[in-house]
Amino acid sequence: MKNSKLTSPEKLARLKGKLLKQRQKQRPIITVCAGTACVACGCVPLTAAFREALKENGLEDKIEIRTTGCHGFCERGPLVVLQPEGIFYQQVKPADAKSIIEQTIQNGELVEKLLYRDPQTKQVLTHEKDIPFYSKQMRLIFGMNGHMDPTSIHDYIALGGYAALARSFLEMQPEDIIEEVKKSGLRGRGGGGFLTGKKWATCRKAPGEPKYIICNADEGDPGAFMDRSLLEGNPHAVVEGMIIGAYAIGSHDGYVYVRHEYPLAVKNLNIAIEAAREFGLLGENIFSSGFDFDIKVSRGGGAFVCGESTALMASLEGKIGEPRAKYIHTVTSGLWGKPSTLNNVETWANVPMIIEKGADEYAKVGTEGSKGTKVFALTGKVNNTGLVEVPMGMTLREIVFDIGGGIIENRPFKAVQTGGPSGGCLPESALDMPVDFDTLTEIGSMMGSGGLIVMDNLTCMVDLAKYFIHFLQEESCGKCTPCREGLRQLHHMLEKVTRGEGGVEILDDIERLCMVMENASLCALGSSAPNPVMSTLKYFRNEYLAHLEEQRCPAGVCKDLITYSVIEENCTGCVVCKRACPVDAIEGEKKEVHKINSDICTRCGICLAVCKFDAIFVE
Amino acid sequence: MTLPQAPLQNILDKHPHDESSLIMLLQDVQEAYRYLPPEILVEIAKTLNVPKAKVFGVATFYKAFSMEPRGETEIKVCCGTACHVRGSTLIMDEFKRTLGVEEGGTTEDGKFTLEAVNCVGTCAMAPVIVVKDVYHGHMTVNKLGKLLKSLNPKKAKTTGAKAS
Ligand SMILES: Cc1cc2nc3c(=O)[nH]c(=O)nc-3n(C[C@H](O)[C@H](O)[C@H](O)COP(=O)(O)O)c2cc1C
Ligand code: SF4
Ligand code: SF4
Ligand code: SF4
Ligand code: FES
Ligand code: FES
Repeated sequence: MKNSKLTSPEKLARLKGKLLKQRQKQRPIITVCAGTACVACGCVPLTAAFREALKENGLEDKIEIRTTGCHGFCERGPLVVLQPEGIFYQQVKPADAKSIIEQTIQNGELVEKLLYRDPQTKQVLTHEKDIPFYSKQMRLIFGMNGHMDPTSIHDYIALGGYAALARSFLEMQPEDIIEEVKKSGLRGRGGGGFLTGKKWATCRKAPGEPKYIICNADEGDPGAFMDRSLLEGNPHAVVEGMIIGAYAIGSHDGYVYVRHEYPLAVKNLNIAIEAAREFGLLGENIFSSGFDFDIKVSRGGGAFVCGESTALMASLEGKIGEPRAKYIHTVTSGLWGKPSTLNNVETWANVPMIIEKGADEYAKVGTEGSKGTKVFALTGKVNNTGLVEVPMGMTLREIVFDIGGGIIENRPFKAVQTGGPSGGCLPESALDMPVDFDTLTEIGSMMGSGGLIVMDNLTCMVDLAKYFIHFLQEESCGKCTPCREGLRQLHHMLEKVTRGEGGVEILDDIERLCMVMENASLCALGSSAPNPVMSTLKYFRNEYLAHLEEQRCPAGVCKDLITYSVIEENCTGCVVCKRACPVDAIEGEKKEVHKINSDICTRCGICLAVCKFDAIFVE
Repeated sequence: MTLPQAPLQNILDKHPHDESSLIMLLQDVQEAYRYLPPEILVEIAKTLNVPKAKVFGVATFYKAFSMEPRGETEIKVCCGTACHVRGSTLIMDEFKRTLGVEEGGTTEDGKFTLEAVNCVGTCAMAPVIVVKDVYHGHMTVNKLGKLLKSLNPKKAKTTGAKAS
């Protein structure tokens, strides 16, 4: 099919019809997830093996192989889904390609060993949609990932892509779009949860030309990867959202600021932008409406603070990414001093759906104050690590236990951290709280970008607070004193706590310093930095006290407070640990109980990892 | 040491010569030379007509840039939150000890640079390290020794590799 410019919405609709017909002919499809995690565990040789096997069986023309973005269930990668049936194979090795083709594709038999077995019920499940990890989700934004090749604009259009854009241009005035977005209740997914429609309205009205719109793909939260997976797996949704936003706001220049470690996201995004230009969806005179808009992609320099709106804009201008005071908001004076609208990747990806479904339909999902769904990076000590999309208002318990499948090795749940470095740790008592913007803030955490890290009894909460403060200390731009010096001192004090020093009084100092930072920092990096500390102090004070009063780390993490020893009854004298210890801290003869010399031991954990008899004890 | 001029010229030709291109230019230079040689920064300042101080300011502000040559092999230890709670500190400490460098440091022989990075998107296999674009998941201090040994047999003599 020759690609020609889609000069009108009608042409788009016609193309879609044609593509759908073609798609019907081409089935079945072998979908191979090629998201980052699946690539890391070998989907590239797997895809090659499929091609080889198809060729061997003379099926190249009858069956399509589609490599897609992340399906979310990274824990079980590489994933293969056979469409149209939705047969779900997990942890597929290149050697399995042949049996899938010969058994399932040709004979309709399932390859038993590749099916998912529910760890709880032991039930073997065949279809993607039946697996609890998926069935409890609501994949409105992320669901498309599994059905398309992100580098194919045809795939996106066939699935209904750019229909919202057509609708905006055909049926709506810019003001109507803003009204619709306002009515949908959409709040920014980048952290603060600002009302998107309100932001757009202010920017549209702000005096000054040109106006800029920007997509924040800096994704600085060190434990989150949904923006990345959206850009990698469904870049057109973001592009479409941005074009609609640009039309609504009256902007002709868009930017996407992408975190520098995301080369695949940059690549797929650039392919998408190029294709959109080729089809006339970006560039001059979109849909013959006289409206022009184009997007530039800019790679970040690797600084967390550049996720902050004013710092991001400074960075786009080629400057050092330092935030400025926001007496004047960026919607009035942003990039190059012009009115600018900044939204997060996921926020932009929500826009087409709002326009297509209508605000009322969209707003049926979610809670009073938080509409729609949210994608979370569910990670840590949870069985099903991956990206999950749930309606706002689902409880943490449902996310962690129903979707996440509970804690690894059935250990006790301790806490869940939301909101990244600006967020907080929530204890078991918060598990039944609905997850939405307001509830999370109320209980001392925040939505943030959507990291959701689960912790068990082997995670030390003081160490975790120290981890975040260390991260922020490294990332503070250093412009204002409360943040720059405050973080340094805070880290210093937490370090003392992890060594069991400083006495209980140090907690007062910590709290006082947190208060100063909260109130006196110039940007939200500094003012929200105390959250990880304050929330752990609030809910896990006992752990701080154990360090300070008993010089004990209950989780067995803080190196200065733990000792490694050998459990005599369990030790078989196999000498493995002695050979492995890098500092020769272990003594013992063959077949005799070994002993660890704690003066020499550096607490590196190797002996614990190598002992096959559970004979190493940490306390 | 004289630096090859060719990549620089290509890079300069690729971008418009104004301040807003600075970061992108530096990114390309970093990629081509594996660090930002000072003489090139001076050259860039001249070409873009931006004060030298500004160029050096930007070059030292962002983590993507390095003012010293990086090692042939970059070892990236993911220290993202998910990896942290699954024990990346132990991995990092062991690398520091065996390579004899701090975070961000390069070994004396110029072979390895040890780097802490944030979430690399594969939390399902936490803790993760990335060596030459290959992801190694579910890392343990024990596996680390074997890996180092395979990369550089001489260097890794003193590690947990002994266990293998
Ligand atoms: C230190 C800091 C880091 C931030 N990092 C990000 C980020 O990585 N991605 C993001 O979308 N928003 C980030 N934000 C929030 C942005 O400043 C901004 O509020 C957001 O991009 C606006 O988009 P939204 O309304 O769609 O959420 C950060 C804010 C601060 C203070
Ligand atoms: S609060 Fe921290 S990051 Fe923000 S401007 Fe001040 S020093 Fe920079
Ligand atoms: S590895 Fe375990 S069982 Fe073997 S000697 Fe060491 S402590 Fe004993
Ligand atoms: S923790 Fe490390 S240093 Fe200590 S005894 Fe075990 S292997 Fe040796
Ligand atoms: S990368 Fe394949 S499921 Fe996430
Ligand atoms: S935190 Fe290490 S891969 Fe995500």
